[in-house]
Amino acid sequence: MSDAAARLEVALRTHRAQLRQGNLLIGGAFLLAFAAALPVGGFSLARLIEGWPEILSYLGAILPEIRHDHVVEDVGKWYWGFWRYLRLMVDTVLMAYAGTLIGLVGALLLVFPASNLLGRSRVLRFACRRMLEFSRSVPELVFALIFVVAFGVGPLAGVLAIALHSAGALGKLFAEASDNLDTRPLDGITATGAGWFGVIRIGVLPQVLPNWASYTLFRFEINIRSAAVLGFVGAGGIGQELYTSIRSFAYTDVSAVLLVIVAAVTMVDLASQALRRRFLDEDVIG
Amino acid sequence: MSASADELARWDSVIPGIVRVPLRRRALGLLPGALVVLLTLWVFIHLGLDPLVIWAGLGRLGWLLGFMLPPAHGGLLGVFIWAMAETLAMALLATVFAAVLAIPFGLLCTRSTGTLAPVTFAARRLSDVVRGVDPLVWALIFVNVVGLGPFAGILALTLHNTGDLAKLYSEAIENIEKRQLDGIRASAGSPFAVMRLGALPQILPVLTSQALYYFESNTRSATIIGAVGAGGIGLLLTERIRLYRWDEVAFLILMILAAVFVIDAVSQRLRIVLIEGRKAPLVA
Repeated sequence: MSDAAARLEVALRTHRAQLRQGNLLIGGAFLLAFAAALPVGGFSLARLIEGWPEILSYLGAILPEIRHDHVVEDVGKWYWGFWRYLRLMVDTVLMAYAGTLIGLVGALLLVFPASNLLGRSRVLRFACRRMLEFSRSVPELVFALIFVVAFGVGPLAGVLAIALHSAGALGKLFAEASDNLDTRPLDGITATGAGWFGVIRIGVLPQVLPNWASYTLFRFEINIRSAAVLGFVGAGGIGQELYTSIRSFAYTDVSAVLLVIVAAVTMVDLASQALRRRFLDEDVIG
Repeated sequence: MSASADELARWDSVIPGIVRVPLRRRALGLLPGALVVLLTLWVFIHLGLDPLVIWAGLGRLGWLLGFMLPPAHGGLLGVFIWAMAETLAMALLATVFAAVLAIPFGLLCTRSTGTLAPVTFAARRLSDVVRGVDPLVWALIFVNVVGLGPFAGILALTLHNTGDLAKLYSEAIENIEKRQLDGIRASAGSPFAVMRLGALPQILPVLTSQALYYFESNTRSATIIGAVGAGGIGLLLTERIRLYRWDEVAFLILMILAAVFVIDAVSQRLRIVLIEGRKAPLVA
């Protein structure tokens, strides 16, 4: 056997032994965690089997009864609150829009000082980064719970919660995009005697704008989903309606509202995806 | 070296509008922007974003943030830790259950495995509906059906993730490189060997990576679904906010941040070990 083949054999064998050892370690830790999680999470097969018929009957109950010879009347009865749902859904989309917009402004204010490349002051950079990190790590719902106390029940609390969380999430993505930019144009603009704002306006923005626009639209899609449930804690939008219909066992209303939400989310997603593709295509051409 | 006014005027007469944009065209250019600004203003007014209300609210927010410092557990540290354990248990169990349930469900969503077209269609629409509904909504529904507590949360997260993962799995299966399967068939591999050596090595990294990602995401979701009664730290957080125990609220938020941070780091580490570490060594 040649020297190289022998070395390969040895290398493979040690690699396999290492893998086996790692598998045992990770597998053991996983099984331990899983076994501990079952009682902590209050999960048992008996409970699942016991609850299963109820789950099925609930899911059956929320579906409307539509007889094939009375389709119009039955759909009408199912969607007795259609205009109300539509108005609330539009409000929800508007909440997401306002929240995304305010979050975008917040992200833009923080991202330049937070950037490795563009941040001038180390203290300011550190402070901006921690702020972005904090606001994206705390879930919107937590902000919403607190804002409902401070700003009162209603869409205002929801908009601000979405804005704060979006500022952090967008800020992170913006910072990543701006850290990867080509620095040569910046040097060129600095060499012509431009100031900090000039460098950003002429050197940075044209490079990052297509990406940033795409991220912002994507955030908007996510925010519509969040806005639809913030009503659960009193922060406006269609969530309040959904919460009431689930809690008051208004079965068919639940499916009616859910369908409105899913339809609206899908439509906005499709429109926004088409727009995003256009931004990124222009980026390739430009 | 700037162009003289004469020269600029000359160019403007050669190509009208190149130097001085006519006022009307400039106004037209501003029109869409102005419309967006007006629309946005209307949205703000419609949603009640009144500067006075915001100002008053900020005052209250500042007052309440003052009470958050310093964060304190108020003698309930044991309860808090137990709630956090419940949250992590929900996240782990839901991820494992969904990762397993999504395999058969994902196969039903896949055309390339020979599943009948109507079955694929039905399975895909079911997966769309299940993952289109937010985990928080499922949690509220399950709280109504099986009662308060983490059990409802586990069911909610499992259901939502199964829909998501089934879609991702079926995409991973459809994207398998066929030539690797052909290679094993050509070297007289059994159908089992084709699966084990041809297909699995292509799918497993995707599956592992997705499962880890969902564990991270579930940890975040599991911290908040308690707000509708589905157990874990969210339940405590909501309760403490209702009771205006702001120092304890701050403590719970810090616990959530720490847990999310630790889980992300662990998952990152596992991803490197499980995926990068699997690759066979290169020997010259």
